[in-house]
Amino acid sequence: MDQLLSLAAENLISPIILSFVLGLLASLFRSDLSVPEAAAKALSIYLLFAIGFKGGVSVADHGIDGRLGAALLAGIILSAGLPMVAFGLLRVMTRLERLDAAAVAAHYGSISIVTFVAGTSVLESQGIGSEGYMVAVAAAMEAPAILSALWLVARGGGSDARGMDSALLREIMLNGSIVLLVGSFLIGMITGPEGLAEISSFIVSPFKGVLCIFLLDMGLVAGRGLREGSGVLRPGVLAFGVVMPLVGSTIGLGTGLLLGLSTGGIALLMTLSASASYIAVPAAMRVALPEANPSLYLTLSLGVTFPFNLTLGLPLYVAVAQALTGG
Amino acid sequence: MQTHKAKRVAIIIEAVMESRLTKALNDAGVTGYTILPVLGGSGRSGSWNRAGQVSRASGMVQVVCIIRPDRLDKMLEAAFAVVERHIGVVSIQDCEVVRAERF
Repeated sequence: MDQLLSLAAENLISPIILSFVLGLLASLFRSDLSVPEAAAKALSIYLLFAIGFKGGVSVADHGIDGRLGAALLAGIILSAGLPMVAFGLLRVMTRLERLDAAAVAAHYGSISIVTFVAGTSVLESQGIGSEGYMVAVAAAMEAPAILSALWLVARGGGSDARGMDSALLREIMLNGSIVLLVGSFLIGMITGPEGLAEISSFIVSPFKGVLCIFLLDMGLVAGRGLREGSGVLRPGVLAFGVVMPLVGSTIGLGTGLLLGLSTGGIALLMTLSASASYIAVPAAMRVALPEANPSLYLTLSLGVTFPFNLTLGLPLYVAVAQALTGG
Repeated sequence: MQTHKAKRVAIIIEAVMESRLTKALNDAGVTGYTILPVLGGSGRSGSWNRAGQVSRASGMVQVVCIIRPDRLDKMLEAAFAVVERHIGVVSIQDCEVVRAERF
């Protein structure tokens, strides 16, 4: 318990979390502080490239683990299965309509890559290693949840779902962040440690500083979302935004233990299972389920679950993974 | 200078639907359109501001096209099939153009 509290305290006063809090507070107090849209986009490209590349290098350095295929498959199953759990919880905890519940559930099956990046940063600062291919698992977990949500709506006999046309499927599978993450992972795997040595001054040293600025922007966006969407957060919905990450991370924990992942790998799988998408899934939901309320799922995933994971969730997942693996 | 009557159709729609809308317009024989970014606004779905969005996918765009009056119905049918279930506004104005053959 002491270890958990000290890890949580250490996490809370880290530059990345404090940058996020600064953005959140600035936004809640209606400061005009903002990060230009193009700059935020450039920062996210940098972070995705760096995290993908480093994951690929790690795989090249340590060799392809036999668990890679199993971990990828587990990621896909988790992403497809977690929306069912989320949907069940939403039906019990809230009075949301089936359509809104399915749309929210899709977000909790998919992942937040920024939470994942922050998780790797916490692990690095603790000196805990993880499997490099967890980046590929993260990419694999982006899309299946969307299909599960559409299935949940179709199963209810609703005609609300526009359905999965080929254009939407292509947009989901070739989503920019998936392409960049997988592409940079492959580049890292092909070029290995020599490739990393060539560009490490760009993608290793400045990484945490860039993450701070990016999280400052995420804090601003989350704060604005909370300000504008707080009306949709009824007590049951709000509680779901905190309970679901804990449920998801527990399922991720069990899966990680079954797969025999390292302490860091388990903590990252817990993080992925606990996180909720706010980029890929909202876009897909706007196309496939336009009648679902966007302020509900965006406020919940970005305004409640993301800050929860970033501040309290990450140290909790790392501490639990350490406690159960002795790492 | 001689001018010719035309219709100016402005469609404000979610950015994620942009490519679907422009495809429908192309299929309906629209010869050209202009896409403009939208900064923010307020309506039935509440207030909205571009700065508060986490990605462009959550944003909105305005698609403007000028067409000959006799092509209006076909174009609106095609556009409405895309826009119908989504947040957005479709407006039509009378206008005049100088080079009618371009529309």
